[in-house]
Amino acid sequence: MSGPGVGWYLIVAALLFGVGALGVMLRRSPLIVLLSLEIMLNAGSLTLIAFARQQGTLDGQVFALAVMAVAAAEVAIGLGLIVAMARRDMPLDVDQASALRG
Amino acid sequence: MGNVLVWIVWFLAAGGCLATGVAVVSLTNPFYSALALIGNLASLAVLYLLLSAEFLAAAQVLVYAGAVMVMFLFVVAYLGGRADAPWAGGPPLLRTAAVIAAVALLVEVVVVLGLAWGDSLRDPAEVSDSFGSPGEIGELFLTDHLLAFEITSIVLLVAAVGGVVLGSEKERGTP
Repeated sequence: MSGPGVGWYLIVAALLFGVGALGVMLRRSPLIVLLSLEIMLNAGSLTLIAFARQQGTLDGQVFALAVMAVAAAEVAIGLGLIVAMARRDMPLDVDQASALRG
Repeated sequence: MGNVLVWIVWFLAAGGCLATGVAVVSLTNPFYSALALIGNLASLAVLYLLLSAEFLAAAQVLVYAGAVMVMFLFVVAYLGGRADAPWAGGPPLLRTAAVIAAVALLVEVVVVLGLAWGDSLRDPAEVSDSFGSPGEIGELFLTDHLLAFEITSIVLLVAAVGGVVLGSEKERGTP
Protein backbone atom coordinates (compact mmCIF):
# COMPACT_ATOMS: atom_id res chain seq x y z
CA MET A 1 0.00 0.00 0.00
CA SER A 2 1.48 3.34 -1.00
CA GLY A 3 1.30 6.23 1.41
CA PRO A 4 0.73 6.00 5.16
CA GLY A 5 0.36 2.57 6.73
CA VAL A 6 -2.70 1.38 8.59
CA GLY A 7 -1.18 2.37 11.95
CA TRP A 8 -1.36 6.06 11.08
CA TYR A 9 -5.09 5.80 10.44
CA LEU A 10 -5.50 4.03 13.77
CA ILE A 11 -3.70 6.87 15.54
CA VAL A 12 -6.03 9.43 13.94
CA ALA A 13 -8.96 7.26 15.06
CA ALA A 14 -7.60 7.12 18.63
CA LEU A 15 -7.19 10.91 18.76
CA LEU A 16 -10.70 11.41 17.38
CA PHE A 17 -12.11 9.00 19.94
CA GLY A 18 -10.35 10.89 22.74
CA VAL A 19 -11.72 14.22 21.51
CA GLY A 20 -15.22 12.76 21.28
CA ALA A 21 -15.01 11.22 24.75
CA LEU A 22 -13.88 14.55 26.15
CA GLY A 23 -16.86 16.24 24.54
CA VAL A 24 -19.31 13.68 25.92
CA MET A 25 -17.92 14.02 29.43
CA LEU A 26 -17.38 17.79 29.55
CA ARG A 27 -20.19 19.42 27.62
CA ARG A 28 -23.62 20.02 29.12
CA SER A 29 -25.71 20.76 26.03
CA PRO A 30 -27.40 17.49 24.95
CA LEU A 31 -27.00 18.52 21.30
CA ILE A 32 -23.24 18.80 21.62
CA VAL A 33 -23.12 15.52 23.57
CA LEU A 34 -24.87 13.86 20.62
CA LEU A 35 -22.44 15.43 18.15
CA SER A 36 -19.48 14.22 20.24
CA LEU A 37 -20.99 10.73 20.28
CA GLU A 38 -21.05 10.87 16.49
CA ILE A 39 -17.33 11.63 16.53
CA MET A 40 -16.68 8.62 18.76
CA LEU A 41 -18.76 6.33 16.51
CA ASN A 42 -16.91 7.56 13.46
CA ALA A 43 -13.57 6.93 15.12
CA GLY A 44 -14.73 3.35 15.64
CA SER A 45 -15.78 3.11 12.00
CA LEU A 46 -12.39 4.40 10.86
CA THR A 47 -10.71 1.70 12.94
CA LEU A 48 -12.93 -0.99 11.40
CA ILE A 49 -12.20 0.21 7.89
CA ALA A 50 -8.47 0.47 8.54
CA PHE A 51 -8.37 -3.11 9.81
CA ALA A 52 -10.51 -4.27 6.89
CA ARG A 53 -7.86 -2.81 4.58
CA GLN A 54 -5.11 -4.41 6.66
CA GLN A 55 -6.69 -7.88 6.50
CA GLY A 56 -7.87 -7.56 2.92
CA THR A 57 -11.41 -8.64 3.81
CA LEU A 58 -14.60 -6.64 3.42
CA ASP A 59 -16.29 -7.73 6.65
CA GLY A 60 -15.00 -4.67 8.50
CA GLN A 61 -16.56 -2.38 5.92
CA VAL A 62 -19.88 -4.18 6.23
CA PHE A 63 -19.69 -3.72 10.00
CA ALA A 64 -18.88 -0.03 9.52
CA LEU A 65 -22.05 0.33 7.44
CA ALA A 66 -24.01 -1.25 10.30
CA VAL A 67 -22.38 1.26 12.68
CA MET A 68 -23.55 4.04 10.36
CA ALA A 69 -27.13 2.74 10.51
CA VAL A 70 -27.00 2.49 14.31
CA ALA A 71 -25.65 6.04 14.48
CA ALA A 72 -28.54 7.27 12.34
CA ALA A 73 -30.99 5.48 14.65
CA GLU A 74 -29.30 6.99 17.69
CA VAL A 75 -29.57 10.50 16.24
CA ALA A 76 -33.27 10.00 15.46
CA ILE A 77 -34.02 8.91 19.04
CA GLY A 78 -31.67 11.45 20.63
CA LEU A 79 -33.11 14.38 18.69
CA GLY A 80 -36.63 13.16 19.51
CA LEU A 81 -35.70 13.17 23.20
CA ILE A 82 -34.21 16.67 22.97
CA VAL A 83 -37.32 18.00 21.22
CA ALA A 84 -39.51 16.35 23.87
CA MET A 85 -37.38 17.94 26.61
CA ALA A 86 -37.69 21.34 24.98
CA ARG A 87 -41.46 20.94 24.58
CA ARG A 88 -41.90 20.25 28.28
CA ASP A 89 -39.87 23.36 29.16
CA MET A 90 -37.12 21.35 30.73
CA PRO A 91 -33.72 23.04 30.72
CA LEU A 92 -31.52 21.73 27.91
CA ASP A 93 -28.72 20.72 30.24
CA VAL A 94 -27.75 17.10 30.83
CA ASP A 95 -26.66 17.83 34.41
CA GLN A 96 -30.15 19.00 35.34
CA ALA A 97 -32.00 16.10 33.77
CA SER A 98 -31.44 14.00 36.89
CA ALA A 99 -34.98 12.96 37.91
CA LEU A 100 -34.07 9.28 37.55
CA ARG A 101 -30.91 9.55 39.66
CA GLY A 102 -30.90 6.88 42.33
CA MET B 1 5.85 10.83 -6.57
CA GLY B 2 2.46 9.18 -6.17
CA ASN B 3 3.43 8.26 -2.62
CA VAL B 4 4.13 11.87 -1.69
CA LEU B 5 0.77 12.90 -3.08
CA VAL B 6 -1.00 10.25 -0.97
CA TRP B 7 0.84 11.46 2.13
CA ILE B 8 -0.17 15.07 1.42
CA VAL B 9 -3.82 14.12 0.97
CA TRP B 10 -3.62 12.01 4.13
CA PHE B 11 -2.15 14.88 6.14
CA LEU B 12 -4.80 17.32 4.92
CA ALA B 13 -7.63 14.88 5.64
CA ALA B 14 -6.31 13.77 9.04
CA GLY B 15 -5.53 17.33 10.09
CA GLY B 16 -8.90 18.58 8.94
CA CYS B 17 -10.58 15.69 10.71
CA LEU B 18 -8.89 16.41 14.04
CA ALA B 19 -9.26 20.20 13.78
CA THR B 20 -12.99 19.99 13.05
CA GLY B 21 -13.37 17.40 15.80
CA VAL B 22 -11.84 19.78 18.33
CA ALA B 23 -14.07 22.54 16.93
CA VAL B 24 -17.21 20.41 17.46
CA VAL B 25 -16.33 19.86 21.09
CA SER B 26 -15.11 23.37 21.89
CA LEU B 27 -17.55 25.69 20.08
CA THR B 28 -20.36 27.18 22.19
CA ASN B 29 -22.99 27.56 19.49
CA PRO B 30 -24.49 24.16 18.50
CA PHE B 31 -25.10 25.44 14.99
CA TYR B 32 -21.39 25.96 14.37
CA SER B 33 -20.64 22.66 16.10
CA ALA B 34 -22.95 20.86 13.68
CA LEU B 35 -21.32 22.62 10.72
CA ALA B 36 -17.90 21.57 12.02
CA LEU B 37 -19.13 17.98 12.29
CA ILE B 38 -20.07 18.10 8.60
CA GLY B 39 -16.47 19.05 7.84
CA ASN B 40 -15.30 16.26 10.11
CA LEU B 41 -17.44 13.68 8.27
CA ALA B 42 -16.26 14.95 4.89
CA SER B 43 -12.58 14.64 5.79
CA LEU B 44 -13.25 11.20 7.25
CA ALA B 45 -14.75 10.25 3.88
CA VAL B 46 -11.41 11.21 2.29
CA LEU B 47 -9.62 8.89 4.72
CA TYR B 48 -12.09 6.12 3.81
CA LEU B 49 -11.24 6.66 0.14
CA LEU B 50 -7.54 6.32 0.92
CA LEU B 51 -8.34 3.01 2.62
CA SER B 52 -10.12 1.91 -0.60
CA ALA B 53 -13.59 1.98 0.96
CA GLU B 54 -15.28 3.82 -1.91
CA PHE B 55 -18.84 2.80 -1.17
CA LEU B 56 -18.52 3.73 2.50
CA ALA B 57 -17.06 7.12 1.62
CA ALA B 58 -20.00 7.83 -0.65
CA ALA B 59 -22.48 6.59 1.96
CA GLN B 60 -20.77 8.69 4.61
CA VAL B 61 -21.20 11.88 2.59
CA LEU B 62 -24.74 11.09 1.42
CA VAL B 63 -26.26 9.61 4.57
CA TYR B 64 -24.27 11.26 7.31
CA ALA B 65 -23.10 14.64 6.12
CA GLY B 66 -26.26 14.95 4.06
CA ALA B 67 -29.34 13.46 5.69
CA VAL B 68 -28.42 13.09 9.36
CA MET B 69 -26.79 16.49 9.69
CA VAL B 70 -29.72 18.21 7.96
CA MET B 71 -31.97 16.66 10.60
CA PHE B 72 -29.60 17.95 13.26
CA LEU B 73 -29.58 21.46 11.83
CA PHE B 74 -33.40 21.43 11.70
CA VAL B 75 -33.55 20.64 15.41
CA VAL B 76 -30.97 23.33 16.22
CA ALA B 77 -33.05 25.81 14.23
CA TYR B 78 -36.25 24.64 15.95
CA LEU B 79 -34.76 25.09 19.41
CA GLY B 80 -33.34 28.50 18.52
CA GLY B 81 -31.68 30.32 21.40
CA ARG B 82 -32.63 27.60 23.87
CA ALA B 83 -29.99 25.34 22.39
CA ASP B 84 -27.14 27.45 23.73
CA ALA B 85 -26.17 25.69 26.94
CA PRO B 86 -23.31 26.77 29.15
CA TRP B 87 -20.01 25.38 27.96
CA ALA B 88 -19.11 22.87 30.64
CA GLY B 89 -20.47 22.05 34.02
CA GLY B 90 -19.86 20.33 37.26
CA PRO B 91 -17.26 21.00 39.88
CA PRO B 92 -13.65 21.42 38.72
CA LEU B 93 -12.86 18.02 40.19
CA LEU B 94 -15.24 16.32 37.74
CA ARG B 95 -13.84 18.29 34.84
CA THR B 96 -10.30 17.28 35.71
CA ALA B 97 -11.42 13.67 36.04
CA ALA B 98 -13.03 13.81 32.60
CA VAL B 99 -9.84 15.12 31.03
CA ILE B 100 -7.78 12.47 32.80
CA ALA B 101 -10.15 9.70 31.66
CA ALA B 102 -10.03 10.86 28.04
CA VAL B 103 -6.23 11.11 28.07
CA ALA B 104 -5.96 7.68 29.71
CA LEU B 105 -8.10 6.15 26.94
CA LEU B 106 -5.88 7.77 24.34
CA VAL B 107 -2.66 6.61 26.01
CA GLU B 108 -3.98 3.05 26.22
CA VAL B 109 -4.76 2.95 22.52
CA VAL B 110 -1.41 4.49 21.57
CA VAL B 111 0.48 1.99 23.74
CA VAL B 112 -1.36 -0.93 22.16
CA LEU B 113 -0.65 0.48 18.70
CA GLY B 114 3.00 0.98 19.55
CA LEU B 115 3.28 -2.64 20.67
CA ALA B 116 1.76 -3.91 17.42
CA TRP B 117 3.51 -1.40 15.15
CA GLY B 118 6.49 -3.51 14.14
CA ASP B 119 4.88 -6.84 13.35
CA SER B 120 1.14 -7.19 12.85
CA LEU B 121 0.52 -3.69 11.52
CA ARG B 122 3.33 -3.65 9.01
CA ASP B 123 2.20 -5.28 5.80
CA PRO B 124 -1.34 -4.60 4.65
CA ALA B 125 -2.89 -7.23 2.42
CA GLU B 126 -2.90 -6.87 -1.34
CA VAL B 127 -6.39 -6.05 -2.56
CA SER B 128 -7.97 -5.94 -5.97
CA ASP B 129 -9.34 -2.81 -7.59
CA SER B 130 -12.92 -3.75 -6.79
CA PHE B 131 -12.19 -3.91 -3.03
CA GLY B 132 -14.85 -1.81 -1.29
CA SER B 133 -16.95 -1.28 -4.40
CA PRO B 134 -20.77 -1.20 -4.04
CA GLY B 135 -21.00 -4.49 -5.91
CA GLU B 136 -18.77 -6.43 -3.52
CA ILE B 137 -20.34 -4.92 -0.41
CA GLY B 138 -23.84 -5.54 -1.71
CA GLU B 139 -22.98 -9.14 -2.44
CA LEU B 140 -21.66 -9.63 1.10
CA PHE B 141 -24.78 -8.01 2.54
CA LEU B 142 -27.03 -10.39 0.66
CA THR B 143 -25.01 -13.53 1.35
CA ASP B 144 -22.77 -13.71 4.43
CA HIS B 145 -24.30 -10.81 6.36
CA LEU B 146 -27.95 -11.17 5.43
CA LEU B 147 -29.08 -11.40 9.05
CA ALA B 148 -27.19 -8.23 10.02
CA PHE B 149 -28.73 -6.47 7.01
CA GLU B 150 -32.27 -7.42 8.01
CA ILE B 151 -31.71 -6.55 11.67
CA THR B 152 -30.33 -3.16 10.64
CA SER B 153 -33.51 -2.41 8.74
CA ILE B 154 -35.62 -3.31 11.78
CA VAL B 155 -33.42 -1.12 14.03
CA LEU B 156 -33.90 1.81 11.66
CA LEU B 157 -37.66 1.25 11.51
CA VAL B 158 -37.96 1.11 15.31
CA ALA B 159 -35.81 4.24 15.65
CA ALA B 160 -37.91 6.12 13.11
CA VAL B 161 -41.16 5.18 14.90
CA GLY B 162 -39.57 6.05 18.24
CA GLY B 163 -38.42 9.43 16.97
CA VAL B 164 -41.94 10.23 15.75
CA VAL B 165 -43.53 9.12 19.04
CA LEU B 166 -41.03 11.08 21.16
CA GLY B 167 -41.37 14.23 19.13
CA SER B 168 -45.11 14.11 18.46
CA GLU B 169 -47.29 17.07 19.33
CA LYS B 170 -49.90 15.20 21.38
CA GLU B 171 -49.55 15.51 25.15
CA ARG B 172 -49.52 12.17 26.88
CA GLY B 173 -50.28 13.23 30.44
CA THR B 174 -48.07 15.55 32.41
CA PRO B 175 -44.50 14.52 33.17
